[in-house]
Amino acid sequence: MNSLIPLFIVVPLGSAFIMAILGRFIKDFGKYLINLGLLFLVGLTVKLILNSQETLIYKVGGFANAGDIPIAIYMVVDGFTKILLLIISVVGFLVALYSISYTKQYTAERKFYILYSLMLAGMYGVVVSGDIFNIYVFLEIASIASYALVAFGIQKQQLEASFKYQILGGVASMLILMGIGFIYWSTGTLNLADIATQLTADTIIMKFIAVLMIVGFGLKAAIFPFHAWLPDAHSSAPSPISAMLSGVLIKAIGIYVIFRIFFNMFALSYEISMVITVLGTLSMIIGGLLAIGQWDMKRLLAYSSISQMGYVFLGVGIGMLVLAQKGNPAVAAFSILGGLFHLLNHAMFKGLLFLGAGAVEYRTETRDMKQLGGLSEVMPVTAGTSMAASLAISGIPPFNGFFSKLIIIIAAVQAGYVTLALLAVVVSIITIGYFMKMQKYTFFNNDGSFWKNKKIKEVPFTMAFAMILMAALCLGMSLLAIPTIRDIVLTPAVDALMETVQYSKTVIGI
Amino acid sequence: MKGMGIIVVKVSQIIAPVIFLFGLYVIVHGHLSPGGGFAGGVIMASAFILQILANGAILPKLRHEEHGLEFLESAAILGFLILAGLGLIISGSFVFFANFINRGVVGQLISAGFIPIENIIVGMEVCAAIATIFIALVVFKDEVSE
Repeated sequence: MNSLIPLFIVVPLGSAFIMAILGRFIKDFGKYLINLGLLFLVGLTVKLILNSQETLIYKVGGFANAGDIPIAIYMVVDGFTKILLLIISVVGFLVALYSISYTKQYTAERKFYILYSLMLAGMYGVVVSGDIFNIYVFLEIASIASYALVAFGIQKQQLEASFKYQILGGVASMLILMGIGFIYWSTGTLNLADIATQLTADTIIMKFIAVLMIVGFGLKAAIFPFHAWLPDAHSSAPSPISAMLSGVLIKAIGIYVIFRIFFNMFALSYEISMVITVLGTLSMIIGGLLAIGQWDMKRLLAYSSISQMGYVFLGVGIGMLVLAQKGNPAVAAFSILGGLFHLLNHAMFKGLLFLGAGAVEYRTETRDMKQLGGLSEVMPVTAGTSMAASLAISGIPPFNGFFSKLIIIIAAVQAGYVTLALLAVVVSIITIGYFMKMQKYTFFNNDGSFWKNKKIKEVPFTMAFAMILMAALCLGMSLLAIPTIRDIVLTPAVDALMETVQYSKTVIGI
Repeated sequence: MKGMGIIVVKVSQIIAPVIFLFGLYVIVHGHLSPGGGFAGGVIMASAFILQILANGAILPKLRHEEHGLEFLESAAILGFLILAGLGLIISGSFVFFANFINRGVVGQLISAGFIPIENIIVGMEVCAAIATIFIALVVFKDEVSE
């Protein structure tokens, strides 16, 4: 099994450059190649999840350790990684399926798929890498591909959004690189597991590195004080890319790395846990409040992403707080479970919502909710799937969002943070509010005769099919809350974070 | 883009092949001495850039050139991946980037297994990429001034 890990990087990277060469001669080569590649990777991810419970380690180049010093570049797949691999593969595949029809409006379709594959390669690389400098390299691959993709429509608004994203992304990368430099200076190694064994003292330089990392990866994850680029970038990008950016990219290159380094690399500390919880709570509230006033459909969804990422940070942050204070580990595990479950769920329903917004824009050429209305008459599939996703994100049973929010709230009460639980409930009500606004002004509100007269019809088959599959997954993923299924997917991930020291022990093999 | 005076053109015509050759030298000796694929590729690209700066170039011709370089760049990366993948298959140990060629004697030009081949591929890639970036900037500047 171990030798299959590099395929996650080789398949998207290889297909990107095969497309660049053969795509010139064969029409539509790229879009089918990436779909096939991603279908293969979905299969591989499911196989990894079902077949092996233990941590898979792969040494690139096959160099053995010198004593207990790891020399090779490590690729590590543990429970937490598997969740991210699942998100990237499944959402990536469905988005690629959706893009088959959607990208026909662009003249440079080949370049779209090349950049898309490169972005995927970068995200897979960040997730499987066990080495902090490689995380940085792959993060830059994913970021640079996404800068280009945000500006893909080359209209004024899109170029401006991309420019803003590039500047803030550049600042983030610089801070991360600086942090990595400090880590290398103080420990002499770049391997995550090896750093964890070297970093024992709680010195001032460690605190400085922690702050650099929170700010750098926080900018990539768009948590509250660093969220300024997200609404512009995510609303200006082509819709499949918006779904990818909001659904996957901010998780794979932002949140994943934050949790990985603060659980498995740094020693858990009360201060950092508090910072993560407070930032999570703030972005949850402020993202929600800002979303209410939006009239641009995709902008509303982008602000909603900030708010929902707040839930993930809140859930995992409370778990960290309980662990750092040596509280009840069962409560911490439950809280982290809620956070990670919400991470998984958010990828699915936010992806679906952006695809729905893309479908509306594809047919009506506007995303201003004041001009829309009555689309449920002419676009029933889009309206139905979008409604399902809205219910899921607002936390209405039996959709998946209900269970993850419920777990986060119960865990917050159990851990003694009743105010935070109350805030989570209030923001959930705000979420219902702005999604009902979106549903009303886009799909209902009038009888749709205006659009009927303009001969607006349902989107093409592949787009509709991808959206229906995602809606089915939104419903089906609530099964993950059942204990036996939970033990296959979510519990290994929670264990990987909970047993903080175990990561470095397993990887180096002491 | 306009060219420069006759003196610059003549001197650059003499110097460019030498620079190019030096770039090749740095690439081929990458596993023995400082330098390697990246440094050598940049040196090679600088020979091209010198020629374009001195002689000037016509836009359509540059665009044609850019397409060729893009092809070379993609082919080089693909070659690198295939070489790494061959390690996975041929070495029998299922190790990506395994050095499956006989490593020879340390210090000789033909030694170190497939590292020199990788260096050559990296050199091709870097040379193509740097030249592409330069040509893209020139094309952009000319398009704006038009």
